Amino acid sequence: MFDVETIKADFPILKRKVNGKRLVYLDNAATSQRPIQVIKEVADFQKKHNANVHRGLHTLSDEASERYEQARETVAKFVGAKTDEIVFVRNTTEGINLVAQAWAKKNIDNNGEILTTIMEHHSNILPWQELGLTLKFVEVTDEGILDMADFKRKLTKKTKLVAVGQMSNMTGTINPVVEIIKMARKVKARVLIDGAQSVQHLGIDVKKINCDFLAFSGHKMLGPMGIGTLYIKKERQEEMGVFLTGGGMISEVYTDQPAVWAKGVEKWEAGTPNVEGAIGLAAACDYHNKIGLKNIREHEKKLTAYALKRLGEIKEIKIYGPKDVEIRGGVVTFTYDGVHAHDVAQILDSEGVAVRSGHHCTQPLHRRFGLAASTRASFYIYNDEKDVGALIEGLLKVRRVFK
Amino acid sequence: MDIYREEILDHYKNPRNFGPVEKFKLKAMERNASCGDVMEMGLEVKNGVVEEVKFNGVGCAVSMAAASMLTEMVKGKKLGEVKKLTEKDVYKKLGITISLGRQKCAQLGLVTLKKAIS
Repeated sequence: MFDVETIKADFPILKRKVNGKRLVYLDNAATSQRPIQVIKEVADFQKKHNANVHRGLHTLSDEASERYEQARETVAKFVGAKTDEIVFVRNTTEGINLVAQAWAKKNIDNNGEILTTIMEHHSNILPWQELGLTLKFVEVTDEGILDMADFKRKLTKKTKLVAVGQMSNMTGTINPVVEIIKMARKVKARVLIDGAQSVQHLGIDVKKINCDFLAFSGHKMLGPMGIGTLYIKKERQEEMGVFLTGGGMISEVYTDQPAVWAKGVEKWEAGTPNVEGAIGLAAACDYHNKIGLKNIREHEKKLTAYALKRLGEIKEIKIYGPKDVEIRGGVVTFTYDGVHAHDVAQILDSEGVAVRSGHHCTQPLHRRFGLAASTRASFYIYNDEKDVGALIEGLLKVRRVFK
Repeated sequence: MDIYREEILDHYKNPRNFGPVEKFKLKAMERNASCGDVMEMGLEVKNGVVEEVKFNGVGCAVSMAAASMLTEMVKGKKLGEVKKLTEKDVYKKLGITISLGRQKCAQLGLVTLKKAIS
């Protein structure tokens, strides 16, 4: 049974006031809030079990290691992966950089190409650009839907990697990753999925869709900041070099000959990991499992449809992205005629409504729509129609102030 | 809302000294990366005094009003005095509390102006 009021009660921050008003948090695509269950797990580790992992033989170190590896298992199951295919990183950005440096650099020569899309977050563009290889961009339609004809044109035998987000953080567009991966396989290209906006709202099964890499962030899925996950398919691991070097990722170190790297995912986890982050992320996975990803998707789909309808009633507003919520997640980006996105966001903030304003790290996509900036409302399980109502009220205030 | 007091909105809707800056010898362009704002400033200085000043661009109410007010502040002033202007002078003129998130907006005009005369 999905009950928003029960869910809301799990999130202590939603009880606070902002500018004397009830906090209406609609900036979930930037970061999400944390339920008490996640906060408790993190605090419990810090209070009772804190120690470094895989480094000591004392009781605390054992407990910490056990919890850290348990977290890896939980996160692996959440995306349908095997435990030895999950690398803990800081965030999606670090995960993608890891693939660029440790896999792409070693496995793509100067004749190879990388194919991405103009709707990507900068973190799924810049790591590839920095490699200096040919990088091609698939265009989108006027409705912000990936142009599959263009994808077909640009996917060739030269394509060695396709890097695409499962869901856009600006238009909310859900990309047909299953179809994309099938097509990529035909030309023997590997596929990286940026799941930062999707694993927690739509769900993913890496074995079913058969991707090579999947990166996502803990903080966007009710977990702590500073923890993220990179799934690396076993076969790809064998082709990879190292990313960061240092403690914990070796088996042997010498002064007069090259080091021998650790076998398994430790190879990409140099230095003391974010153990409480991993534990918090696992607790966040459990929280989603308890509610059920299908229920989450259904709730957000209904809420998005409602928001699109209500926002559509304000004549000054232009909405970007698909109208069909079957191919759109809970992200609604819009512009307000004659008022800059920053001013819209500031007035909404005065009413306790938190939204994002700016280019949302998607400058190429903003340019595609002829925009420098926009305002974005993004939803999660704790949002409801009342929150959308507060957004609409705030926008009517924008009208009054800028009349 | 204090930040959108009438004078600010007036400067936003009817910016003073607004127009192309191509003709000026002293000119500069700056961007505010976080919001995509673009600002241009151009000046004509005769005998060490700012004779004419123009700004051009797109931005939020805070950045546009601050730039508009700034052009009024510098017109007729000695270049030496203009060089001494700080963000505090701009905030004072705006007469509103500038939150951390809006500082770059409020400073964009001044940063562009300083670049033009540097």
